[in-house]
Amino acid sequence: MATPNRLASLWRRLFGDSARAFGTLGLVLLVLLAIVPARDHFREWYRYQKGYLRLIRGRDDAVTLQRRLQSGVQQTWIPELNVVDRCSSCHVAMKETGLRGVGTEPYRPHPQIPHTLDQFGCVMCHRGQGVATSVEEAHRSTKAWEQPILPARYFESSCGQCHTDQLIGTPRLNAGRTMLSRYGCVHCHSLTLPDGSKLAPTDDPPSLARVGDKTTREWIYAWIKNPQAYSGTATMPNFQLSDADARDISAFVVAQSTPLAATPAPPASTALSDADAQAGTSLYGESFCASCHAVQNAAGLLVGGDVGPELTRIGTKAKPEWIREWVRNPKAYDPGTKMPHYRFDEKQLSLIQGFLESKTDSDFMTNVHIEPATAQQIAHGKLLATEMGCAICHEINGLRKSEDFAPDLTLVGARPLEKIVFLPGMQRSLPAYIEAKIKQPRSFGSALKMPQFTIATSQVDDLVTALLAQTDRASTLPARLHVAGHPQSSYEPAGSAGRLMQDLNCFSCHSINGHGGDMAPDLSWEGTAVQRDWLLKFFKNPNTLRPALIRRMPKFNLTDQETNTLTDYILTAYQTPAFERDSIKTAADSGAIEEGRQLFYSKYACQACHIVDAQKDKGYIGPTLTDVGSRLNAAWVFEWLKGPQSLRPGTLEPDWKMDDADSRSLTAFLMAQKGSKK
Amino acid sequence: MRAASSLTLAILGALTLSDSCSRRVAEPVTKPPAATPAAIVEVSGGKQISTIGTPLDQPVVVQVNNSQGAPVAGASVRFRGANGVIFQPPSGVTGSDGQFTFAVTLGSLAGRYQIAASTTGAGGKTVEVRIAELALGFEDSMGRQLNDTYCARCHDSESTAERVSNHDNLIAKPHSFDDGAFLNKVSDSDLLAIISHGGPALGKSAEMPPYEHTLNKSGIAALVAYIRAIADPPFQSREAVYAQR
Repeated sequence: MATPNRLASLWRRLFGDSARAFGTLGLVLLVLLAIVPARDHFREWYRYQKGYLRLIRGRDDAVTLQRRLQSGVQQTWIPELNVVDRCSSCHVAMKETGLRGVGTEPYRPHPQIPHTLDQFGCVMCHRGQGVATSVEEAHRSTKAWEQPILPARYFESSCGQCHTDQLIGTPRLNAGRTMLSRYGCVHCHSLTLPDGSKLAPTDDPPSLARVGDKTTREWIYAWIKNPQAYSGTATMPNFQLSDADARDISAFVVAQSTPLAATPAPPASTALSDADAQAGTSLYGESFCASCHAVQNAAGLLVGGDVGPELTRIGTKAKPEWIREWVRNPKAYDPGTKMPHYRFDEKQLSLIQGFLESKTDSDFMTNVHIEPATAQQIAHGKLLATEMGCAICHEINGLRKSEDFAPDLTLVGARPLEKIVFLPGMQRSLPAYIEAKIKQPRSFGSALKMPQFTIATSQVDDLVTALLAQTDRASTLPARLHVAGHPQSSYEPAGSAGRLMQDLNCFSCHSINGHGGDMAPDLSWEGTAVQRDWLLKFFKNPNTLRPALIRRMPKFNLTDQETNTLTDYILTAYQTPAFERDSIKTAADSGAIEEGRQLFYSKYACQACHIVDAQKDKGYIGPTLTDVGSRLNAAWVFEWLKGPQSLRPGTLEPDWKMDDADSRSLTAFLMAQKGSKK
Repeated sequence: MRAASSLTLAILGALTLSDSCSRRVAEPVTKPPAATPAAIVEVSGGKQISTIGTPLDQPVVVQVNNSQGAPVAGASVRFRGANGVIFQPPSGVTGSDGQFTFAVTLGSLAGRYQIAASTTGAGGKTVEVRIAELALGFEDSMGRQLNDTYCARCHDSESTAERVSNHDNLIAKPHSFDDGAFLNKVSDSDLLAIISHGGPALGKSAEMPPYEHTLNKSGIAALVAYIRAIADPPFQSREAVYAQR
């Protein structure tokens, strides 16, 4: 009963008459008004802004810095990009390049990047919650805000949201995209890049339609159990097959193989004499097989290129008669192969066959003991091969390639967290999920089909970077911010020369009109560059032009008619439209030659990279120029000196923007270098 | 009410921040070592160049020695590093050769890092070795890419399997980019000038060609940033070193 009385008396004391009521209300309002500034006083950004003032105190430029500091909550608002970022409320010194070397966050200036900071805001590249004004909510993922800051090692993925070309600043993104193609991820997963082009695989898995000609069921069994045991660089993943499944699949794969109609009678595998073994090794070297294929040396290191498969244990895998026929003409077995058709004679074929046959490893097949296949095993093997999607990568008789076998990855970098099933104990973030999926796909369920890839941790980071770039940013940007993509070239040379170039697989190494490999020079304008006689001789015996180069053009043993066809075609078809091939005539003007010599050795110091006088010059970055006068065209040399990148983009020679007079004298000097006359 | 909660949050935030700056790795279970550790030394893996947030290419190896300089097996090794540095494994015990190998991932800030490996010596005293590592930021790594393509062929005297060095073929021997003793004395504008306009711009050899028409401005600036980042000794003493205080 006392409580209502007490309340009543309190009420009277505070609001008993108008003066009391006025005073009390006034006090309440004062307190309420004070809360607003007081609240700001306790905000994190307020503390950080105060901290910044402490940090710059005592610096020479403190006054300037303090004047530029804008206090209060700061916001970057870009309506057309839907960007609202308040990061600069705490990161107050992002634009203060004078503070380089400051090591405390949030006060470090932003490093130089190709875009201005106001152009796209922060969140577009760093992710996180731009509108949040507390450290926790801006950077980490909480219940209401699910987008955490992107870990530093994946930063390059942000560039890939718009850019699809290989930027120099994004090595990790480039490597990741290359891997998606090279490891065959895009056989099963479809992936469309921001420019609308579909990522195509580059790994070229072999057809199995005639695999019985090539190898044995025992080898197939050992290989599918663990491809990396055969070759550490194999891109085929490990499907973690049980012994029984591997037995049945190998039975099916051999059973479906139909032999090539015109297989000649197998020659007995020849035991080579020591001299022949040496000659075989030399021929392997002279033919520059190592430009594409690697072999383990005595120290266990791989020596050679990675265009073709590793050959360390090829003798264990391939049948001798298959090796011989393959080297004779790879196109007969696999019309789509990247391997060139060397024109070896029978003696050379025996030598190469002997060399490759000797590359064996008895350990690889030690534990393979399989009984002859039963019809039941073959049928089960076919079922397994269908379920696991073997035919998506390999051509297999009787199996069709299934479409949409695995989830589309085009928007994987924008997948909302609520649609992801995380494993217990896993960090709740998209990068962590993608990383785990690549590292141990089967940990998400033993029934999952994705195989186990053998890749290093840094490669996993590359892949995650490339996949995180797969957002829908590019499609939501205004048209003026679109980055143009690179249309894929489907250039194919025509006619008999075209067929010859296909047969020799020039495009495995050389690129022409945007189509082909990047191991060797781009030949789009080769016809303008070189002289006919030189090209004819080069095809007969392709001496390398660059002494320091390790990968070299092989000798294909072409006939006179073949070299003529190729030379005529190149000189006709591959001409630059930029200038006339014969626009510069070089007369033997000794004055100009001498002036050119001065320029070569003094002003431009070309001898740093090129050799003109084999006795005196040593530079070996660029091609040797001792006989450049009989190799190149005067007009090409003249234009090249004026701007090499305009003739061959990406070439290493620095662009001197040389004037016409200097270029003319140097051209005269270079064209006088005819090499030693025979 | 809200004021109070923001106050608590602010305090908590500050506490978390100051706490996270001195993250300490849990003490491992220590077995009595065969001999008493007297010193811990770096065997390999120091002075590596990585990019922010990525693991170093090579593992770091440290060795625990006794007072006679002989390796001590079974000594516990702990690590300290700045916020964001990850050690894998986070701690451990030396093997029979007295060595312990671990992988290091640097933090997300570009710059110099100092990591410390320590063990407990005689009388419970901690002996420690400090190892320097470097994390490149965006601009520095872009400079590194350009360096690998254009500069290293002459400026790096070491040849690799893919690239034969041209260093010894030149009359004026190019400076290695980490030659801080020399390059730290060259100003930014001089470096920009020699890269842009070639050696003669500073009265040096014409064997150094001009790159102003080959590389763009940001590329050349990135090269300077890279040269500054990898300088040994460091370019500026005021430069931050990320280590646990």
